[in-house]
Amino acid sequence: MSASKTIKILSRLLCAALLFSPAIAFADYELNLAPGVTEVSQMQYDLHMLVLWICTVAGIGVFAVMIYSIISHRKSKGAQAAQFHESTTVEVIWTVIPFAILVAIAVPATSGLLMLESTDKADVNIKVTGIQWKWEYNYIDEDGVKFISQLPAAHRKASKLGSGEDVTTIENYLLEVDNPATADDLADGYIVVPEKKRVRLLITAKNVIHAWWVPALGVKRDAIPGYINESWFYAEERGIYRGQCAELCGKGHGFMPIVVKVVSQADYVSWISKQKGLASASAGEDSKTFTMAELMKRGEAVYNSSCAGCHQSTGEGITGAFPAIKGSKIATGNKAGHINIVKNGKPGTAMAAFGSQLSKADLAAVITFERNAFGNKKGDMVQPSDIK
Amino acid sequence: MSDHHPTGIKRWLFTTNHKDIGTLYLWFAFIMLLVGGSMAMVIRAELYQPGMQIVEPNFFNMMTTLHGLIMVFGAIMPAMVGFANWQVPMMIGAPDMALPRLNNWSFWILPFAATLLVAPMFMGGDFLQGQGPAFGWTFYEPLSGQYNKLAFFIFAVHLLGFSSIMGSINIIATIFNMRAPGMTLMKMPLFVWTWLITAFLLIAVMPVLAGAVTMMLTDKYFGTSFFDAAGGGDPVLFQHVFWFFGHPEVYIMILPAFGIISQIIPTFARKPLFGYASMVYATAAIAFLSFIVWAHHMFTVGMPVAGELYFTYATVMIAVPTAVKVFNWTATMWKGAMTFETPMLWAIGFVFMFTIGGFTGLMLGVAPTDFQYHDTYFVVAHFHYVLVTGALYAIIAGVYFWIPKWTGNMYNEKLGKLHFWLSTISVNVLFFPQHFVGLEGMPRRIPDYNPMFADWNMISSLGGFTFGASQILFLFIVIMTIKGGKKAEAKVWEGAEGLEWTIPSPAPYHTFETAPEIK
Repeated sequence: MSASKTIKILSRLLCAALLFSPAIAFADYELNLAPGVTEVSQMQYDLHMLVLWICTVAGIGVFAVMIYSIISHRKSKGAQAAQFHESTTVEVIWTVIPFAILVAIAVPATSGLLMLESTDKADVNIKVTGIQWKWEYNYIDEDGVKFISQLPAAHRKASKLGSGEDVTTIENYLLEVDNPATADDLADGYIVVPEKKRVRLLITAKNVIHAWWVPALGVKRDAIPGYINESWFYAEERGIYRGQCAELCGKGHGFMPIVVKVVSQADYVSWISKQKGLASASAGEDSKTFTMAELMKRGEAVYNSSCAGCHQSTGEGITGAFPAIKGSKIATGNKAGHINIVKNGKPGTAMAAFGSQLSKADLAAVITFERNAFGNKKGDMVQPSDIK
Repeated sequence: MSDHHPTGIKRWLFTTNHKDIGTLYLWFAFIMLLVGGSMAMVIRAELYQPGMQIVEPNFFNMMTTLHGLIMVFGAIMPAMVGFANWQVPMMIGAPDMALPRLNNWSFWILPFAATLLVAPMFMGGDFLQGQGPAFGWTFYEPLSGQYNKLAFFIFAVHLLGFSSIMGSINIIATIFNMRAPGMTLMKMPLFVWTWLITAFLLIAVMPVLAGAVTMMLTDKYFGTSFFDAAGGGDPVLFQHVFWFFGHPEVYIMILPAFGIISQIIPTFARKPLFGYASMVYATAAIAFLSFIVWAHHMFTVGMPVAGELYFTYATVMIAVPTAVKVFNWTATMWKGAMTFETPMLWAIGFVFMFTIGGFTGLMLGVAPTDFQYHDTYFVVAHFHYVLVTGALYAIIAGVYFWIPKWTGNMYNEKLGKLHFWLSTISVNVLFFPQHFVGLEGMPRRIPDYNPMFADWNMISSLGGFTFGASQILFLFIVIMTIKGGKKAEAKVWEGAEGLEWTIPSPAPYHTFETAPEIK
């Protein structure tokens, strides 16, 4: 095959590729980064495309030379090996050219990074805490607006090994959340923020490292125990944006979604007041005295949403990893010890401190439940007033 | 020349012969490749469809963890040391390695380390829940500190470190002291050069890794708080220490691969390596840069912006010497008289696909966009392009290239080519779609996912199963070659240059007892 014939074939292949390119463009959303809805995510998209194109052009150039050489300079076609093997000029040229290209990339990368890391004053401040395996959101300017957001029970059930459920029929599978305190309305687990406002996230974690990531907002930031990391976004469009934990955090890592709902300023204000109402209702419950039946019913629900992930719905735990509640020394021991471990957790293990995650009423209920379920028969009750 | 050595198991247990030890390393690596590969098959089987079908989430995490650790420390690194053992003395005209007993010890530590690493899988508790390490091959604190059999892991890492450090000392001592008269440093084959530089990298960073796991040990069992924020420690410190080891480690795996490719391409292009001196300088430049870029693995931890800028600039600089290498290989092929025996096919496959991995590496090095790519399948695709179609391809190329010298028999050319084409098609079906799911938003290390990622995951799994099966063919080809085949000549390849091709095939048990003269 002569060189010109080779070029002809290559150009035909290129034409064929171009012919198919509308199909490729159509399927864009499945292949490429999405531009997102914030200035940062759009900057990331543009920079991504710039570097991708530079790489593509450079790659085609190098590969074309190699392919040409492979086709033409083969012994079977009588090629005689040349013996040249060095040239300082050439080496200098192909050191300087890549360097120049890198400088061209570094300039927009620098301005992009400075924007991404800017720390201007924000309109809404939310403290985000990663917990194995859920998120806690605290609107620190809005006294008392604080809630847990985790994978809904239906998703947890479907994602059990051998559940037999067709997960493709579940809407937003593994990218949906609810608030376990008010599980009836999914939206109670969403982070609600106003559009066209600067939202600052103060990100930390309870016991291991997580990462808070919503691609459409262009935010990914590690949640690290002992650190408060800062990130921000300014959403241009209303909508629901989904993401998930991006740092391996144990067995529940794949099951820690994030949902952000961007609404109008008016809707945001009314959402905040509704949340404040929920908070004062739950504060009211903390001074109530419950009956055994009430505590057991409520405790079972809390157990299933907050404890069963590790200790299992049978209370039998997982040997070698998570201790059983059934027959456990703590759950069948004195109340104070049991309250202590649920409230304060156990450092160095996956046992979190639930004192900051659950209301006193929920803590009392779940502890009562654990002492009187799975064959544990303590018969005693823990009331919210027992939780100090 | 009579060979005095014990026979049977004692030959292998007590051997101080560089060729025997090289063989041991290579077989160990091959077995680990198959073990780590079967774990990858479990991963791909679970990810074949959304929903949990095969294993529990923790078992899945254990598979990703052990797959990574076994491939890095059990397959790629020992295979490279195996090549060094076989080839370095033969290429520099030395009778053996400088420290033969140390050499024996370096190898025999490895099986014990590997055992400590995987044994907890089978200890206590429910096997199906995954009792082995399940915190990722990067073993970030504080997650790894939650693991209740951490001591096994820590001692395994320590042993691997001992082995690597002793192996490196041996390689450096051999190259500096045992070159044949006339073999100046700048006359050494490039494979020897890349291993010399790699050995220095190993000596520099393995103690850092040892420091990291020792701090983990005292945190877990002796009440210290190096990495525990509640005790005044710093979880991010762990990542800095780990990646100060981890980034050079990446080059430890790829530099000897560069060396192998730089031997193979000139041989089959029948033309000297283009820019030998610049290849040496580029290798040294990459090694130097590898020490000053570590935090590009941690752009999202919340570093100061000045730090992020610095690590971006330093990281993208690596593209310069790497590009020089690719250009030099291309220039070596240019106007050569190429033939495409199996080793050349793998070497060309390496240059193409390693370059793809290099490009995605450049993309990942740019901090603002890394905030999107970080910890997604885009990263998984990137490092598999450089480690599978990079390092592993070079290893396979090297096996085909030198196995006639090692065994005295030619491998089956038809099967070798079949192995190449099966692997190359399937490996791209396996890893290329992972770029897409990563950009679409699929995090790495998750056992289950939203159905929007389903199509590409299924395709990737099908590629994975095929690629896995293709390596069984490789095992078959290797065994067939050892058992028999067309006899190989001393100079196996028409364009072969170098001392190893001046000795008969198979290479006698002892070579260069009298040093050859290099003109």
